[in-house]
Amino acid sequence: MKRKFLSPPVLLLLPAMIIIAAVVLVPLLLSLYTSFTPFKLTRPDTLYRWIGVRNYMRLFEDYYFWAAFLRTFVVLTIALNVEMLLGLGLAVLVNKAVSGQRALRTIMMFPMMFSPILVGFQFKFMFNDTVGLVNNALQSMGMERVIPWLVDEHLALFSILTAEIWSSTSVFAILILAGLMAIPRDPLEAARVDGCTPWQTFRHITLPYLMPFMFIAMTIRSLDIARAYDIVQIMTAGGPARRTELLWTMISRSGYVDANMGLANAMAYISILLSIFFTFYFFRKLMAARRYMGGAQ
Amino acid sequence: MMVSHGTRKIYLKWCRWIGTFLAMSAICIPGLWIVLSSFRPNVEILAKPAVWIPQDLNFDHYAAIFSSDPGQGAVPVWSYFQNSLIIATTSTLIALLIGMAGGYAFARYSFKGKDTMFLGFMLSRTVPGIALSLPLFMVYARLGIIDTDFGMILIYVALNLPFTIWLIDGFFRQVPQELNQAAQIDGCTPWQAFWLVEFPLAKSGIASAGIFAFLTSWNEFALASQLTRSTASKTLPVGLLDFTSEFTINWGGMCALAVIMIVPALLLTFIVQKHLVAGLTFGGVKG
Repeated sequence: MKRKFLSPPVLLLLPAMIIIAAVVLVPLLLSLYTSFTPFKLTRPDTLYRWIGVRNYMRLFEDYYFWAAFLRTFVVLTIALNVEMLLGLGLAVLVNKAVSGQRALRTIMMFPMMFSPILVGFQFKFMFNDTVGLVNNALQSMGMERVIPWLVDEHLALFSILTAEIWSSTSVFAILILAGLMAIPRDPLEAARVDGCTPWQTFRHITLPYLMPFMFIAMTIRSLDIARAYDIVQIMTAGGPARRTELLWTMISRSGYVDANMGLANAMAYISILLSIFFTFYFFRKLMAARRYMGGAQ
Repeated sequence: MMVSHGTRKIYLKWCRWIGTFLAMSAICIPGLWIVLSSFRPNVEILAKPAVWIPQDLNFDHYAAIFSSDPGQGAVPVWSYFQNSLIIATTSTLIALLIGMAGGYAFARYSFKGKDTMFLGFMLSRTVPGIALSLPLFMVYARLGIIDTDFGMILIYVALNLPFTIWLIDGFFRQVPQELNQAAQIDGCTPWQAFWLVEFPLAKSGIASAGIFAFLTSWNEFALASQLTRSTASKTLPVGLLDFTSEFTINWGGMCALAVIMIVPALLLTFIVQKHLVAGLTFGGVKG
């Protein structure tokens, strides 16, 4: 027998491992180190001064940081839940449609092709207080006032959420629809014969069957959770007066605008942990659901 | 009794119909509004009170952004488009090659630490682009590859790999393992068995994984906005910012560039939609 130093799967995975290590892992180690220094882009020598956890301490005492952190968490939670519910509703509607289902499905995938930056710009245009579609429509219907959609704190968050939900609901809808179409007919028939109401059938047969599909959607969605950055950056850039600031816009501000790399890296690390938390949570659920479906090898 | 049941059914049918219509409008109107605005003169876009029925549709905004006079609102669209195309295509091809190797390994072999490694790949994708851009900015500045196509391609390969591997893993799982063994018994080498038997069966799925990767690279903004500087490597999403100045935004021009950006993405997605959904669900559910 030939002796092998590397087994075939390791050999096959090696290129992927090398690239991901080079582009993600090593830079992350560097940024971890940098988060313990007072590194400023304007003063390169500061990269070698170790200041321990002072950056993190500074963040934990910073009101704006906590506000941004909490806001990020809340925005994500609202967005993911609403997207899931709307996606479910949309999938059920399209699944029930008698004719033109293919066309509806295609339209449903529409927002998936839009770059997040484009979504941000599109809704910035629509919510613009002077030339935007929304205000124009309201004024044509007789409203006198000009609603400052992107200037008022709550309205701005609402506008951002609208954009975010518009862009990501289709991921949920399309995957849940795939689940609905793959559902076996027999249990549904049996439930009908046994006298279940449509709601009972949905609640106790359809929904459990859809669960893995929902978790796939959640996992896929949470992989790219930070795409909200693009939307916020272009719609409000964290303004007015930092009231729509999310973690990610705050990172880009302190890293690139204030050139405060050390501090920005500390924040970036916290944001990475937040992302990992979301993904890991859904990934675990997905694995459990997969085992439940009996498909795992 | 029968009658009331019937009316209820019709009533429900109408509700569903209206609901579907409203949902579809909500999905379509924002995009259509951009397309419409790209053909409208600024006078109409900025008009107060709003002009609802387009009076004068023309290609002025497109002509302006493609013109050579920056005063007219010209933007180096061609070089942005070229950069986007080169970066997205190259990174997709490389990600597909590497992803095929990786996906095949996950689909066909069981080895120690397989689940951990899969999770590790996935977690590498969760790192927010803006957070990753900070250390990459430092490394790239040192290596002198900021504002180069090569730098962006490298990033996008790494960014696309986890998802490509996930999808391709799913597609190879749908190809029965026995086919490979049968081919080898018939005298194929393992290499031939892969290319002549397994690859053709997974081909369309792999193509759709490629299109997904292409779209990610085509649309990415957070990293590109920090690591590109000039026409040497700026991509279309970053170019979109050229229309914002401190106090005003050239809405018409921006809409025109947005349309240019979305058309290739639209075409590609329509081609693969079927395979894409199949790949995601089978890979996920029957892992």
